[in-house]
Amino acid sequence: MFDSLSDKLGGIFEKLKKRGALSETHVDEAMREVRLALLEADVALPVVKNFIAKVKEAAVGQEVVKSVTPGQMVVKIVNDQMVEMLGGDAKTIDLNAPAPVPFLMVGLQGSGKTTTTAKIAKRLKDKERKKILMASLDVQRPAAMEQLEILGKQIDVATLPIIPGQMPVDIANRAMTAAKLQGFDVVILDTAGRLHVDQALMAEVVAVRNAVNPHETLLVVDALTGQDAVNVAEQFGDQVGVTGVILTRMDGDGRGGAALSMRAVTGKPIKLVGVGEKIDDLEEFHPERVASRILGMGDVVSLVEKAAETIEAEEAERMMKRMKKGMFDFDDLRSQLQQMKKIGGMGSILGMLPGLGKMQKQMAAANIDDSVLLRQEAIINSMTPKERAHPRLMNASRKKRIASGAGVTVQEVNKLMKMQKQMATMMKKLGKRGGRMPLPGQMPPGMEGLLPKE
Amino acid sequence: MTETDKKLGWFGRLKQGLKKSSSALTEGITGIFTKKRLDASTLEELEDLLIMSDLGVAVSARVCDRLAKSRFDKQISAEEVQIALAEEIGDIMNDVARPLEIDGSHKPHVILMVGVNGAGKTTTIGKLAKQFKNQGKSVMLAAGDTFRAAAIEQLQIWGERNDVPVASGKEGCDAAGLAYDAIQEARDTNTDILMIDTAGRLQNKSHLMDELKKIIRVIKKFDDSAPHDTILILDATTGQNAVMQTEVFLELAGITGIIMTKLDGTARGGVLVACAEKFKLPIHAIGVGETIDDLQAFDPNDFSKMLVGVKIEQKQG
Repeated sequence: MFDSLSDKLGGIFEKLKKRGALSETHVDEAMREVRLALLEADVALPVVKNFIAKVKEAAVGQEVVKSVTPGQMVVKIVNDQMVEMLGGDAKTIDLNAPAPVPFLMVGLQGSGKTTTTAKIAKRLKDKERKKILMASLDVQRPAAMEQLEILGKQIDVATLPIIPGQMPVDIANRAMTAAKLQGFDVVILDTAGRLHVDQALMAEVVAVRNAVNPHETLLVVDALTGQDAVNVAEQFGDQVGVTGVILTRMDGDGRGGAALSMRAVTGKPIKLVGVGEKIDDLEEFHPERVASRILGMGDVVSLVEKAAETIEAEEAERMMKRMKKGMFDFDDLRSQLQQMKKIGGMGSILGMLPGLGKMQKQMAAANIDDSVLLRQEAIINSMTPKERAHPRLMNASRKKRIASGAGVTVQEVNKLMKMQKQMATMMKKLGKRGGRMPLPGQMPPGMEGLLPKE
Repeated sequence: MTETDKKLGWFGRLKQGLKKSSSALTEGITGIFTKKRLDASTLEELEDLLIMSDLGVAVSARVCDRLAKSRFDKQISAEEVQIALAEEIGDIMNDVARPLEIDGSHKPHVILMVGVNGAGKTTTIGKLAKQFKNQGKSVMLAAGDTFRAAAIEQLQIWGERNDVPVASGKEGCDAAGLAYDAIQEARDTNTDILMIDTAGRLQNKSHLMDELKKIIRVIKKFDDSAPHDTILILDATTGQNAVMQTEVFLELAGITGIIMTKLDGTARGGVLVACAEKFKLPIHAIGVGETIDDLQAFDPNDFSKMLVGVKIEQKQG
C-alpha cells in the first residue's frame, strides 16, 4: 500500500531538497506535482485542495530553521500536514461503556463488513479477553447470516441464532437481550451493505442505531475507493453518525487515497485497518507512521524524538559555545562520535535520514559500519588529554604511539586528524556566520569524508 | 421497490441517485458556466470535475485538452460544454460497448467471473442467470468461491431463485477441480451456459492469481477454447486502482470483457473511461441496482452523458 504514491512524492522532494535556495515558484511547482500524485492515488479532490492550501499557508512566512535547507523545511511542513490529515494520534476501538457494549458495523455493499466483524471479534477475544456476541442484521444478501455464523465457528465466537424472516431492528434487540442475559461483554451488529443514497435502507440502519444506541458505529470502507469516498463518508456520517472508520483491503497495491480522505471528511479517526485475508490480518492505524511511509522521507519524526532523548542539552550548549569561537579539538570530535553512537550507530542514523537509504547501502558495500566509529573513538582515547585539547602537538612519534595504543595503522590516525582539521575549519567558518550546531543525526560537517564517493 | 421506480430506466435511477448526492457534477458544470469564455481557469475547473468522477488525472486532462482545441476562448454555455465533453468521452467509449454473446455451438459456453473481493461477482452471476434463462437458454452455475464463508450457500440461493442447477463442493475444496467437474456435468446435461464463480482476490496477491491461472489451465484441459468469456467485475466505487486491476487480470487471467457494478450510488465509475482508453476491452453490462433486472446493457452515450450530467431522453423502462 502507498508504494506508488510514496515513490512519486519521494521524487518530488528529492528535487526540492537539492535546491540551495527556494523561490515561491519552486514551491508552487512542487505543490502542483504533489497535487497530481495525491489525485492519482485517489485522494478526494476537496481533501487534496485543502491539503495543498494548508501546506502553502504554512510554508509562506515560515522562518527556515537554522541548519536545515529550505527544501527540508518544506518536506517537514508536508509531513506535519499529512499527519494532521490522517488524524494525529492513533485511536483504536473504545470499550469503555457498561456491558454489553454494542458496536454497529455499517458501509456499502462489498466493503468487507462481515469479514471485519469477525476480525474485530477475534481481536477483542484474544487481546482484551472479552466475551463477544456477533449478530448479522443482513436480511438482504443471500447467505449473509450463514457467512457470519460460519466465521463465528471458525474463530470460536458466539453468534446469535438465526431466526429466518426477522427484521433488523428486532434482531438487534434480541441480540442485546441475549447478551445481557448471557453475560456477554460486547455485541457486534453486522448490517447489510447499503448505498448511502438508498433512503429506505438508510432509515433502517438509523432505526437500528436508535434501538441499541451503539457505543461505536464503525464505517467500513474499501481502501481502494475512488473519489466517491467523500460522498460515502459524508452521507453515512450525517445520517447514521459514525464514531470511527475501518479501512479494508489496505493490502491492495499502491494507492490507498481513501485512507487520506476519510479522516479529513468524517473528522473521525481511522481505528483499524484490514491488511489481508486471514482473520488475524487486522492492524491498528498509526497516522504518523503512515505519513512517513507515504512521504518516503524516512522516519524523521522518530529520529528527532530519539535524538532529543539521548543528547544532553548541556553538552550541546558547551559545544555550541566552543564552535562559536571556532574551536574544535579531539574532545569535541569524540563527543560527536559518542552522540552518533547513542542515536543508534551510523547505519541506523543513515537509515532514518531521508534520502540516505542509498548511502547506507554504499556504506555496507564499502564495509564502513559502526566499528569505524568505535575505532575512531579508540584512537582518540589513546591520546593524552593534552594531545586531545591541542591537535597541533601531533608529530610522527606521537602518531605511532597512538596507533599502536589503539591497535590501528598510522594511516588511520592520519585520516582522523584530517577529519578533525576539516571540521575545525568548518566550525571556524560557521562561527563567523553566527554559529550553528549540526542537528542531531545530521552529518557533522567534514564527516562526509567517512563515506565513499558516489 | 415501487411500480414507478420500476418504470424508470437505469438512467432515471442514476439521476435519482445523483440528485441525492451533494457534489453532483451536473451542478458543478452549470455552476462554472452560465455563458462565458472557455479560458484556462474554467478548463481547470472542468478538469477537476472530471477527476471527481474518477476519470483519473491523465484522461481528464486529455479530454479537456481536446475540448480546448476546438472551443478555447469561445463563448460557450453550460449545456454546450456538457455536450462537447460527453462527445469526447463517448468517442472513447463507443468501440467498447459490446453485449455478452453466447456461442450456441459451445455446449457449454463457459463464462468465468473474476475480480477483487466484494466487487459483486456472485450477485452478477445471479442476475445473468435469470437473463439467460429468460432468453430460453439452459444455465448452470459453479460455486468456485470455495474460500469465503457461505459463498457457496449464497450462489446456491441464486440457483434456487432462478431454478438453475449449481455445482458445488465443500468450503475449502479445490476450485479448479470443481470447475472441471462442473464442465463435465454441463456437457453431459447438454447445458448451454456454465457460469463459474471464483473467490475474490486482490490482483497483487500472486499466490491467489496463480490459483486463478490453475483454474483456467484445468478448464482448458477439458475444452481448449474455454473459458469463452472471462469477465472482470469492477466496482464503480473503485478509484484508479481499477486500471491496475484490469491490467493484472488481463495479463494473468486473460480477461475478455468487463462488467461494472454498483453504478446506482453516487460513484460515477469514470475509471471505466480510463480502462476503455487503455485496454479497449469490451464492456458487457453495468449493474445499477439490487434487483435481477438491474443488470443492463452498456450504452456508451448514456454513460458519457451521465458522467458529465447531460439531460437525456427518458428511456422507456
